[in-house]
Amino acid sequence: MTLARHVGAALVVAVILVLVSIQLSSYRDYQMAEVAAYVVAVAGLTVLIGLSGQISIGNGAFMAIGGYASALVLIHLGWPLEAVFAVGAVVAALAGAVFGVAAARLRGPYLAGATLMLAVALPTIANQFPKQFGGDQGLSVSISTPAFLGATFPPTRWLAWVTCAAALIALILLANLGRSRVGRSWRAVRDDEVAAALAGLNVARLQILAFVVSAACAGLGGALLAVVTGIVAPGAYTLTLSIALLTAAVLGGLGTLPGALWGSLVLVLVPTYLTNVGASHGLSSAASSSVPIAAYGVILIIVMLAFPAGIQGGLRRFFGPATATPLTALFRRTPVSEHQEEGPS
Amino acid sequence: MQEFLEFTLGGIAVGMIYAAIALSLVLIWRGTRVLNYSQGGMAMFTTYVAWVVIRDTGSYWAGFAVALAAGLVLGALLEVTVVRPTMGKGPLNSVIVTIGLLILLEGVAGIIYGGQYRSFPPSFSIKGLKVGSVALGISASDLFTAAAVLAAALALFLVFEYTSVGLRLRATAFAPGVTRLLGVRIGRVLTLGWALAGLFGALAGVLVTPSTFLYPNSMDSIFVLGFTAAVIGGLDSPVGGVIGGVLLGVVLSYAGGYLGSNLVLVYGLAALALVLMIRPSGLFSSTASRRV
Amino acid sequence: MAEAAALAIEDVHAGYGGVPVLNGVSISARPGTITAVLGANGAGKTTLLRTISGLVRPRQGRILVDGANLARRHPEDIARAGVAHVPEGQGVITELTVEENLRLGALCRRGGSVRSAALSDAYQRFPLLAERKRRHAGLLSGGERQILVIARALMAAPRVLLLDEPSLGLAPRMVAQVMDLVRTLRDEVGLTVLLVEQNARSALAIADCGMVLNLGTVVAADDAAVLASDVALRRHYLGF
Repeated sequence: MTLARHVGAALVVAVILVLVSIQLSSYRDYQMAEVAAYVVAVAGLTVLIGLSGQISIGNGAFMAIGGYASALVLIHLGWPLEAVFAVGAVVAALAGAVFGVAAARLRGPYLAGATLMLAVALPTIANQFPKQFGGDQGLSVSISTPAFLGATFPPTRWLAWVTCAAALIALILLANLGRSRVGRSWRAVRDDEVAAALAGLNVARLQILAFVVSAACAGLGGALLAVVTGIVAPGAYTLTLSIALLTAAVLGGLGTLPGALWGSLVLVLVPTYLTNVGASHGLSSAASSSVPIAAYGVILIIVMLAFPAGIQGGLRRFFGPATATPLTALFRRTPVSEHQEEGPS
Repeated sequence: MQEFLEFTLGGIAVGMIYAAIALSLVLIWRGTRVLNYSQGGMAMFTTYVAWVVIRDTGSYWAGFAVALAAGLVLGALLEVTVVRPTMGKGPLNSVIVTIGLLILLEGVAGIIYGGQYRSFPPSFSIKGLKVGSVALGISASDLFTAAAVLAAALALFLVFEYTSVGLRLRATAFAPGVTRLLGVRIGRVLTLGWALAGLFGALAGVLVTPSTFLYPNSMDSIFVLGFTAAVIGGLDSPVGGVIGGVLLGVVLSYAGGYLGSNLVLVYGLAALALVLMIRPSGLFSSTASRRV
Repeated sequence: MAEAAALAIEDVHAGYGGVPVLNGVSISARPGTITAVLGANGAGKTTLLRTISGLVRPRQGRILVDGANLARRHPEDIARAGVAHVPEGQGVITELTVEENLRLGALCRRGGSVRSAALSDAYQRFPLLAERKRRHAGLLSGGERQILVIARALMAAPRVLLLDEPSLGLAPRMVAQVMDLVRTLRDEVGLTVLLVEQNARSALAIADCGMVLNLGTVVAADDAAVLASDVALRRHYLGF
């Protein structure tokens, strides 16, 4: 039932997006495609953190894996686009499984540290194998607009359509997963690991599965971003990217798919907007390029102080029933009974 | 043998920098259960302050001292203004707030000082030292780095163990609720913890920047390695932080020296993974058993 | 009640979030007396102590210690005003040594000589702690820990001592020792003690006065002997 409803909603959104994209300039279409790519990656992360209660500051690494995998398939095998995207997701999912198994016992900042190191270490592999991965220069990725749309059809609009379609499919799958038994089990693990384990849930397997799902999403997002920007290179998968994904997920509202959209919109639109504002107020180009960075920092701090449950949580507070996932439910430390700690008397 | 000596000593010298960052993270983590992702940004910022002072006064040591003082002040200031209001709103909120601080500090540094790379002077000569004809692989500046961090860590240890301020810091770290009931103003203690963390970060900043240049993101990778060192050592353990830092420095130095420099970070990741697979809460953790 | 109360609680309302726990509680304790706070689980006994020491903010009401209203002040300030709260589950800091735990108790007092005098007083009163002063508090037995937290509370030279379930989890012989200690503190130091206990019989045996809480209100308050001889009260609320 929910699947049918989600598909119906997605079709409506798809029609709206097509209509909107036709009105937009080619630059705006490009931004739309960028947002679509980020939404997938951020949504995967929001599921990992918000539903299963694990943190990752390294999902940029899985984006890199998805980006490189899809670029290689596109360049060497020339597969159709949908297969290329699928490869990006699957390869990243495999990497996520490996990492998830290795990290299954890690919690809180220890998991954060491991994922952070993954994010900075992984892209350096590209430099070690310049023949295969193009070294620092990276690999260029280009897709062509299908002939039936006509020669004058703006390529960025085609990009927007392709990426939005992929993003919608990914979001439908995530929405269903969140409402399925797996989603409920994740919430149980997030709220109280011990209780979940006592209730017969396999905590380690659920946590690894969450890593796989989030890595698959990051991989798909990486594949989408690769075709949007036309390049995969180590410089595209910096620490900044991984941190941006995390901040977008929390800023938008953790554990909610609309939150992933709000976060991605902020990520893509706010910096360009603020750079323009800075430049128009007579700041030097070096300084004005730093304005959006500083402003993004301020936005993060203010939103976290004013709306602890993120933008989506804030919206719900104003417009709807208060059902936002309380952030305090995450990483709740297992209460230790004081009686257990007592010595012999 | 000659190479081995060089790589070892060089690794220890760099490792002391990671140790200083790790110590600053441990100081804050123990007191507030917040991981301060802005530690690198704070260190970058205080190093800019030192850079300005050195440029204007011509004295390296004036810049050095001002940087440390600026670290103390910045740490205390951020705790009071930004971090304290996030306490009790959930661990992820404080994570994002400190990331927000990092981004803000880097943005502000870019606006004030521009994005270009600036060279930063070393404390002493960076010429390699020799014993007889044997090159040691380290310089007088490296020696000072190691000595300064060690001295600071030792001072911290003495304060922790033998002063009433240290007792307050430790008690607040272990049991803030009980400590409050005994009339200790834990708010001030937490501010002090952040100030000390700012000091250690500032120390790491001035010591490492001669080899990295100074720019708004200059401390990013140092922070990641310092964080890694803290995780290896165990976030609750100051001793673990120092040992984790030296261990990581030496491992990366051997990896870079013997296996080539391209994949140094990958080897670092492997070392981290190895440690965490055996001890998921770091080498010197004592709390692992409590987490069930 | 000719004498002024050392601790007076007037119409205190408090709770957690939106859930009220205390609904207008009033108590008055004369200086140098033990008041037993009795009642079933969930009656609000622990919340009462937490409200007095500032861990829970009262929504309404006054908390007077020697005439000064401490309601809605921070726990640190209330502790400094002379209220020592020994919470349930003891609260020794296991990672610190016995001596460090004790020294911590005097940190809110000014002057190194005052603090070291408090320490030597504590060792004189509790030789057991002097023997174990370098040992980590985590290595003490349950009874020794209870002695340590009471000794630590005394380091601040409090006027009022709030004791939450000091007998919890202790062997009967240890319970008697702790109760003796509480009585000694009243007689020798002149402490005003609020003693929360499940074990009503042993609490009333040493207390001067007693009060019985039920669902956040005071259902009985009288001399300890009177309460102990009230058969109906004992059967309904005290279980002995």
